[in-house]
Amino acid sequence: MRSVIDILDLSPDELMELIEVAQDIIANPAKYAEACHGKKLATLFFEPSTRTRMSFEAAMYELGGNVISVTGAGTSSAAKGESIADTAKTVSCYVDIIAMRHPKEGSAYVLAKNASVPVINGGDGGHSHPTQTLADLLTIYREKGRFEGLTIGLCGDLKFGRTVHSLIQAMSRYNGNKFVLISPEELKVPSYVKKDVLQQQNIPYVQTTDLEGALPELDILYMTRVQRERFFNEEDYLRLKDSYILNPDKLKNAKPDLAILHPLPRVNEISVAVDQDPRACYFKQVLNGKYMRMALIIKLLKEAENEH
Amino acid sequence: MNIDSIQNGIVIDHITAGKGMRLFELLGLDKLDASVAIIKNAHSEKRGKKDIIKIDADIPVDVDVIGFVDPGATVNVIRDGRLVEKRNIDMPDRLVNVIKCKNPRCITSTEQELDHVFKLTDRRNKVYRCLYCETKAEIK
Repeated sequence: MRSVIDILDLSPDELMELIEVAQDIIANPAKYAEACHGKKLATLFFEPSTRTRMSFEAAMYELGGNVISVTGAGTSSAAKGESIADTAKTVSCYVDIIAMRHPKEGSAYVLAKNASVPVINGGDGGHSHPTQTLADLLTIYREKGRFEGLTIGLCGDLKFGRTVHSLIQAMSRYNGNKFVLISPEELKVPSYVKKDVLQQQNIPYVQTTDLEGALPELDILYMTRVQRERFFNEEDYLRLKDSYILNPDKLKNAKPDLAILHPLPRVNEISVAVDQDPRACYFKQVLNGKYMRMALIIKLLKEAENEH
Repeated sequence: MNIDSIQNGIVIDHITAGKGMRLFELLGLDKLDASVAIIKNAHSEKRGKKDIIKIDADIPVDVDVIGFVDPGATVNVIRDGRLVEKRNIDMPDRLVNVIKCKNPRCITSTEQELDHVFKLTDRRNKVYRCLYCETKAEIK
């Protein structure tokens, strides 16, 4: 059964196919209003999430499908000690497709291995969050019209930020891209991303702590939040949380066609004044996420049907 | 130093000096009810020194474990006091239940039934990563 656990589970061709479907959904929403009629999506969210869960659910409703939702580990069978494998087998009896968020890394892989319906990883701890990357990619494509030859700045928590790792992996598959990695020393990109992705493929990158210095050369700026839930130590979180704050003053020397992205929610790393700037794309990104989730649900359900 | 030669058993030779004890532990030889000798810092023509493990029992040894700890080692099978088989060891593509993932956020830290699986992701640099969370294995 085909599932999407990591962004690299989708080939560049499949990614382009999803982007084309998403753009067709944007242009002709009525055409897709019954695309998943009679199908059920389970959203299993064992970790707090508002936008990702709502996005999956809105996506399924707009495709004419239904949703069964489980939120919070405390109210589910997981609280009684049920294993993910058993959850997978049980939920597969009720629905046609599952989207799950879980605090443990690798949980979505275990769910997919044991489910008899397609699984979409809605975020497994600090590991992977492929549908956020789909939202990021559609936003980049719609703003820039291409995936090649871009200078991409990633700023903030590059250590625990799973969306950062997935975006680097995804954009590393296209030619001529360069990465500027902007973070405090303590929140640098992990060595496996640097060694296994960037260095192994000879992709140019620089690491810096200076956001303003890096801004003028960027085509894309991907801001991230320092996530409290990824720290074992509250003191470290408080020390690092306000490392970077993007405001209109800092953007003075940025390119006029810069695209500013953020996976949201933001805390204070982008000042509200930036929202008025036409270069701010983060709310468009939210909408793009829904369209890409719609495209992905259609694709996985179609593939599952063909398998039977 | 002399260690008696064995009649029927296994000699793991050409172990990188210092890795003999780790191999002994991971192969579970401490649980074996047979004579086992670990020779540390034995003289080696090629490398100056090496470790050797001699097992006085014809038991199956997990070559994946040896390949993970020290792919340069060799396994010699002795029968009736004679060398009947000499195996060179390669790094295994997968390691199952040999080491545990050290990432406290990994799903294997809470789901007790799961196998601990590591994949070889970079042969040149001997990098193994957890199948689930992709954390790098620590090779001591």
